Amino acid sequence: MLIITCPYCGPRPEIEFSHGGEAHIARPLNPAALNADQWTDFLYLRTNTKGVHAERWRHLHGCARFFNALRDTTTDKILTTYRTGAPRPDLEGLTP
Amino acid sequence: MQKFSGFELIRQGLMGQSGWKPQWRSPEPKASYDAVIIGGGGHGLGAAYYLASQHGLKNIAVLEKGWIGGGNTGRNTTIIRSNYLFNESAALYDHALKLWEGLSQALNYNVMFSQRGVMMVAHTVHDVQVFQRHVHANRANGVDNEWLTPEAAKAYCPPLNIERNLRFPVLGAALQRRGGTARHDAVAWGYARAADDLGVDILENCEVTAIRRNAQGAVEAVETTRGLIKTPKIGVSAAGHTSVVLGMAGVRAPLESFPLQALVSEPIKPIFPCVVMSNTIHAYMSQSDKGELVIGAGTDIYPSYTQRGGLQISQHTLEAICELFPQFRRMRMLRNWGGIVDVTPDRSPIIAKTPVPGLYVNCGWGTGGFKATPGAAHTLAWTIAKDEPHPINAPFTLERFRDGFLIDEAAAAAVAH
Repeated sequence: MLIITCPYCGPRPEIEFSHGGEAHIARPLNPAALNADQWTDFLYLRTNTKGVHAERWRHLHGCARFFNALRDTTTDKILTTYRTGAPRPDLEGLTP
Repeated sequence: MQKFSGFELIRQGLMGQSGWKPQWRSPEPKASYDAVIIGGGGHGLGAAYYLASQHGLKNIAVLEKGWIGGGNTGRNTTIIRSNYLFNESAALYDHALKLWEGLSQALNYNVMFSQRGVMMVAHTVHDVQVFQRHVHANRANGVDNEWLTPEAAKAYCPPLNIERNLRFPVLGAALQRRGGTARHDAVAWGYARAADDLGVDILENCEVTAIRRNAQGAVEAVETTRGLIKTPKIGVSAAGHTSVVLGMAGVRAPLESFPLQALVSEPIKPIFPCVVMSNTIHAYMSQSDKGELVIGAGTDIYPSYTQRGGLQISQHTLEAICELFPQFRRMRMLRNWGGIVDVTPDRSPIIAKTPVPGLYVNCGWGTGGFKATPGAAHTLAWTIAKDEPHPINAPFTLERFRDGFLIDEAAAAAVAH
């Protein structure tokens, strides 16, 4: 089981959380202008990264707030968590 | 190929079992092939076998980054059934089931296909209505499925607990008698042996690192850890790593890869005569011929490539098993493991051409690819050979997500994903 650090509540076990899919996928501002391929992109296509993956988590059984995490999908190690709305952190700057 | 038969068995017995030969070669890669299959699991090896046996292509290679059958083919719970709700799915999975029924004879290899019946247990009024709908839909599609009362279910599977005071009591069950199990390794080995006999090169420890395309955009070669291999046709059958391989050709697929766990108990004497699945409490179980209870758990909630998963996922399944079958409470689990399954948004597979000429894909089987092995292999081979899909896999395109023709088994499959 993963230990996930909620930016609001601190480290908690994975069963308190739900997964919200890939992060940084912005809803189109003008949906009527999108063609079928762009909709497919938004609705269905994900990076499915083998490596560092930016994803949304929700602390469902805690503060119930969404936040983002960077996780390495080859090890499941969570590299950092950050609040929704913040840009994807630069990993170079994180290494001590 | 050294044919297996009763006579051969006796002959080898008299010779002290000294005359058996390796069942397939370990060739060096050639500089070029007419077609290359990426992924040496049951699906990939099967596709090579059908390309060679039914479509006359002899110069084929199967590239496997590890050893054959070491991925999901060797990691699943070996359940075979075809009781899917929608017409397209029923046609595809029943096509596979029909091929299973003749597979041991066709390959001259005992895949230990056992039609012991797959029973799906209903615990709520909603389950009962959904499963009865499945029974009717299946029968309309020529797929056998029947409804059992709790007593009839218990008669078919005596270990089942049908007491009414359970938290999730058994209200009935849907039974597909043609369903069952097969020996998963034997499927990979049987296809490998038969394909090798037809001249297919099986290249193990050969990981694809890049796909080269020509000026027209069509595939022309793959770069591998064992050198460059030229080919005009590539079939990708790489399960959880499909996104990675397709990415090498610049193709994006609607897939996410999740760990899916399974576990086996210590071996015991025969006690469990069929396959039992429960959607509502998420448990499924059968007994292998070695005597182990084979138990399937659910997927983890996050995408991952780790081939393991959280312990709480297996624990959840074991709690469900212990409630349905209280006599197994004191059994010990021997091994657990994970595989990486590629899941599509509608939980139906993709067997299709891609936007890149010469590149074909068989993916998106999610948690249920083993049962479809012969059908997926057969339709992928057809699609590669003819550059157009077989009528059975024609609905399972990449474009169905763009065009809105989803085959939405996400809500209709017999187990929760």
